[in-house]
Amino acid sequence: MRYGETRAVDGLSLTVERGTVTAVLGPNGAGKTTTLETCEGFRAAQQGTVRVLGLDPVRERRALLPRIGVMLQSGGAWSGVRAVEMLEHVARLHANPLPVPMLVERLGLAECGRTPYRRLSGGQQQRLGLAMAVVGRPELVFVDEPTAGMDPAARRTTWELVEELKADGVTVVLTTHYMEEAERLADTVHVIDRGRVVATGSPFELTRARGQATIRLVVTEPFPREAPESLRATLGSGTEVTEINQQSLLITGPADASTLAKVSAWCEEQGVLPESLSLGQRTLEDVFLQITGRELAP
Amino acid sequence: MSPATGTFTPAPGAAPYLRMVRAQASMETRLLLRNGEQLLLAVVIPVLALVGGVLGAERMGLDLAHRPVDVLTPGVLALAVMSTSFTSLAIATGFERRYGLLKRLGASPLPRSGLLLGKVGSLLIVQGLQAVVICAVAFALGWDPGGGVTGWLVALLGALLGTLAFASLGLALAGTLRAEATLAAANLVYLLLLTGGGVVVPRSTYGAAEAPLALLPSGALGDVLRNALLEGTVAGSALLVLIAWAAVGSVLAARLFRWE
Repeated sequence: MRYGETRAVDGLSLTVERGTVTAVLGPNGAGKTTTLETCEGFRAAQQGTVRVLGLDPVRERRALLPRIGVMLQSGGAWSGVRAVEMLEHVARLHANPLPVPMLVERLGLAECGRTPYRRLSGGQQQRLGLAMAVVGRPELVFVDEPTAGMDPAARRTTWELVEELKADGVTVVLTTHYMEEAERLADTVHVIDRGRVVATGSPFELTRARGQATIRLVVTEPFPREAPESLRATLGSGTEVTEINQQSLLITGPADASTLAKVSAWCEEQGVLPESLSLGQRTLEDVFLQITGRELAP
Repeated sequence: MSPATGTFTPAPGAAPYLRMVRAQASMETRLLLRNGEQLLLAVVIPVLALVGGVLGAERMGLDLAHRPVDVLTPGVLALAVMSTSFTSLAIATGFERRYGLLKRLGASPLPRSGLLLGKVGSLLIVQGLQAVVICAVAFALGWDPGGGVTGWLVALLGALLGTLAFASLGLALAGTLRAEATLAAANLVYLLLLTGGGVVVPRSTYGAAEAPLALLPSGALGDVLRNALLEGTVAGSALLVLIAWAAVGSVLAARLFRWE
């Protein structure tokens, strides 16, 4: 998919299993929304094939739309419509909608039920968007950045809802740039960057399969340019060193005291003063950084 | 894997077509009636034009072939159609696109034809309410429509054709410009046609512009309603002009209208 000269999504290939939660994870501008909108039939793929529930999302859109639920990244209501009124309207367009009061209760929309859409907070608009996506009892739900801008309580409510959808047999595809969200919810994570899938697997496979840990080293002064090379030589094979920026390095390798000791010794030898040296489980964030050389969070 | 029946167990499906259209029409009507500016355009301005016109014409001795209230009422009814089908529709639709509502509905089971029918339904409901208010005021001012049942039927036909013509032009406008520009343009066109479009007062009062005004949808709709409600006659060429505008507007709207 191109927008003018920009390739937004390029040779992206992924498959979603029914009844699972799939997270499409990537930084802003990676092509997440374009990928989703192509599946929802808003855009036709310029090359390649897209099938959703076995249907072509553009040519067989009318057959597909009643079966899927879509949560847009933003907007999606009249500015003057009341929150519950909007949800009731979308419910009336479906054959067997969920009871609106139940969804209102579940998503904490009761206190803003009579508030016009334009006066809802960002998090309330997000929750209403999610409610509109699921009210028609779809088989498959696409949610674009479901918890962007939500407070922690609303985020937990949303996560619980996604977990319940999955438990009841609904397939969920979500985009996110929150690691935690992908790690907690997803059965499968597709890490995408610059319009391509760069890694696929369960959060466990992506982060822990190799039994490795991550050491983050942050120093007070910029490293000498050859620092990553010299640290790599010191630690030997089986350890990867990725430069995050001039003052921090990411070291992935065996989680043992000897690695830590070597890193400390190396700091002393280089005359750099560590500001922080932390050892932790490898996160999806680390995976992304290692694959792309860039940080995920904006 | 077949999960037990739970709250969210899938049971997808579109509601029956007519139920969707009805839901859309009633939703759009409620929102329009709730919006103060739209209500001003729909009711307050036409009623002021009617009352002001009748009182003013008597004071200024405006020379009309009939009593002022009998001439002005059909014109104000035409104005009401124009304000709702063109101006209100264009503005509302422009902002619906801006706020992602059209995209949201585009991802719902409601097909585009259903959305359009819902909009037309809402226009007809609102215009019906406008007509009730305007006619009530007109009768209070002594209106005596002269066309009989034929007149009312022809007027109804003219109003429907006018709705199609103005609504398609309004959608074409909303499809071309950004929401704010649509707001400005739709109001400007409305003001120009209100004052110079041969809608409220007969074309004969415009001097040299009389003939060209017959080709505007505003002049044609005014002609059809005045002929019908003054004499019970059919302004055939004006009806043809409305049909032509409806055709042109539909082609333009189909080409220019964007859902996102």
